[in-house]
Amino acid sequence: MFIHLKNVFYTYNLHMPFQTEALKSINIMIEKGEFIGIIGHTGCGKTTLLQLIDGLLEPTEGQILIDGIDIHKDRNKLKEVRKRIGLAFQYPENQFFEETIYKEIAFGPKNLGISDDKMKDMVKKALAMVGMDYYLYKDRSPFSLSGGEMRRVAIASILAIDPEVIILDEPTASLDAQSRDKLLALIKNLYQRYNRTIILVSHNMEIIAELTRRLIVMENGRILMDDTPRKIFQESIEKLESIGLSLPPVTNLMYKLKKIGKPVNSGILTVEEAKEEILKIVKKK
Amino acid sequence: MKFSRNITIGQYIYQNSLIHKLDPRVKILTTILVIISLFLIKSWFGFSIITLYLFINIFLSKVHPKFVLKGIKPLIIIIIITLIIHFFTTPGEVIYHIWILNITKEGIQRGLFIAVRLFLLIVATSWLTLTTSPIALTDGIERLLSVLKFIKVPAHEIAMMMTIALRFIPTLMEETEKIIKAQMARGADFESGNLIKRIQNFLPIIIPLFINAFHRADELAIAMEARCYRGGEGRTHYRKLMISIADQIFFITTLFVILIAYLVVL
Repeated sequence: MFIHLKNVFYTYNLHMPFQTEALKSINIMIEKGEFIGIIGHTGCGKTTLLQLIDGLLEPTEGQILIDGIDIHKDRNKLKEVRKRIGLAFQYPENQFFEETIYKEIAFGPKNLGISDDKMKDMVKKALAMVGMDYYLYKDRSPFSLSGGEMRRVAIASILAIDPEVIILDEPTASLDAQSRDKLLALIKNLYQRYNRTIILVSHNMEIIAELTRRLIVMENGRILMDDTPRKIFQESIEKLESIGLSLPPVTNLMYKLKKIGKPVNSGILTVEEAKEEILKIVKKK
Repeated sequence: MKFSRNITIGQYIYQNSLIHKLDPRVKILTTILVIISLFLIKSWFGFSIITLYLFINIFLSKVHPKFVLKGIKPLIIIIIITLIIHFFTTPGEVIYHIWILNITKEGIQRGLFIAVRLFLLIVATSWLTLTTSPIALTDGIERLLSVLKFIKVPAHEIAMMMTIALRFIPTLMEETEKIIKAQMARGADFESGNLIKRIQNFLPIIIPLFINAFHRADELAIAMEARCYRGGEGRTHYRKLMISIADQIFFITTLFVILIAYLVVL
């Protein structure tokens, strides 16, 4: 077991008139090499959960263990946690502040006190991971980039500290289709080629269905379901709909075909799978 | 990083009270009059009358006194410093001697007098902001300033800027917290290091904050223009300010109280 959230509660504005319980009795175990998706309605506590995992918030109750050690035991431990876990917030390009992309990406390694030579390698590697050419981009201003490029540089600035776990909060929000596909390919690559553990929050069910291997559904500060996406999208359709979440479009199509009596499998997650299922019944005729 | 939750200056507490219903212009004017009177009054009797008047006002507004005291908290150090300076610097009858410093009887009297004056100033102004919503307050200021239009005071523009500034305080606070967290996620450490390092650490917060604020200002300007905003010319108000009988009674009572406090010397 790698990351373990043990009966975690989090309350905002504790002991104040505006006190709100954001998370209630959360128990999650995350192993190395997992690809986890988190879905849930706006305000269900997803972002709070991510911040807790990265040690940015301290749980009101309960413990967060990494490799079996409570991360809030001492402050030096927290810094190490943030080195091992990289968190990219929503619209991460809003935190840019340097004049060049090189300096922007080097911010993380610099904070960790890494030497200049090694820093250069790390920046190079981080840019390569997001598919950008080091020499072409290093001296440009991060503010001169397009939306999709900005997002990738922002993610590179997280990757620069070489985290084992990468947490992405709505990485594709307000990107055009092309940049979105590029970014998704990149995330897939991080998982498959670089063997990183990935936690992905998204409202886009298509992305979740296609990429993740494990899906956590949250509702009102609690974990409602924690299973494989295939199982959830096949067996808990009513439950998902009752909390206002939709199915991925392909899954929905197959589900409706099944409903009108076509002999198809409804636990379909990708267009490719759907194609094969439909061809099967067409050929039968 | 929870500093944003501790700021209460200018906080408005809604209550359904007589005071809350008063016209903001009347409240602003009476507050100004009270402030002026605090500088004119020379007697302890005068101060006690004003104190009584302010506490009755707070009682009538149904706002819990603890909110008023909360507003004083950040200024307590300033009050104490003025108190100490007066203790030691006023010439007169020496009653205590430390090293080269003398505490005088006159010093203690004057120091306490000034401290009470500062205290009452804060109470008077927090009474105003606690019982008047920011919108009513800027509305009142706009109407009061428009009297000065003939000397080209841009009353509407000033009021609009105040409204926008007030509106964006919580947004900027939230954003600051978000940026701090985002930079901490990139390994930034805001809690340790020496002074120079701490100031350097400030840049990764302040620059994104400014950039985002400029973006937001641009967007707001475009949104306002898209809705045909063109300044105060010919602009009407949804809620017309009206001076009621209650306003008149309140204003006259205040004038009366201030005159007694100023003129009667016991």
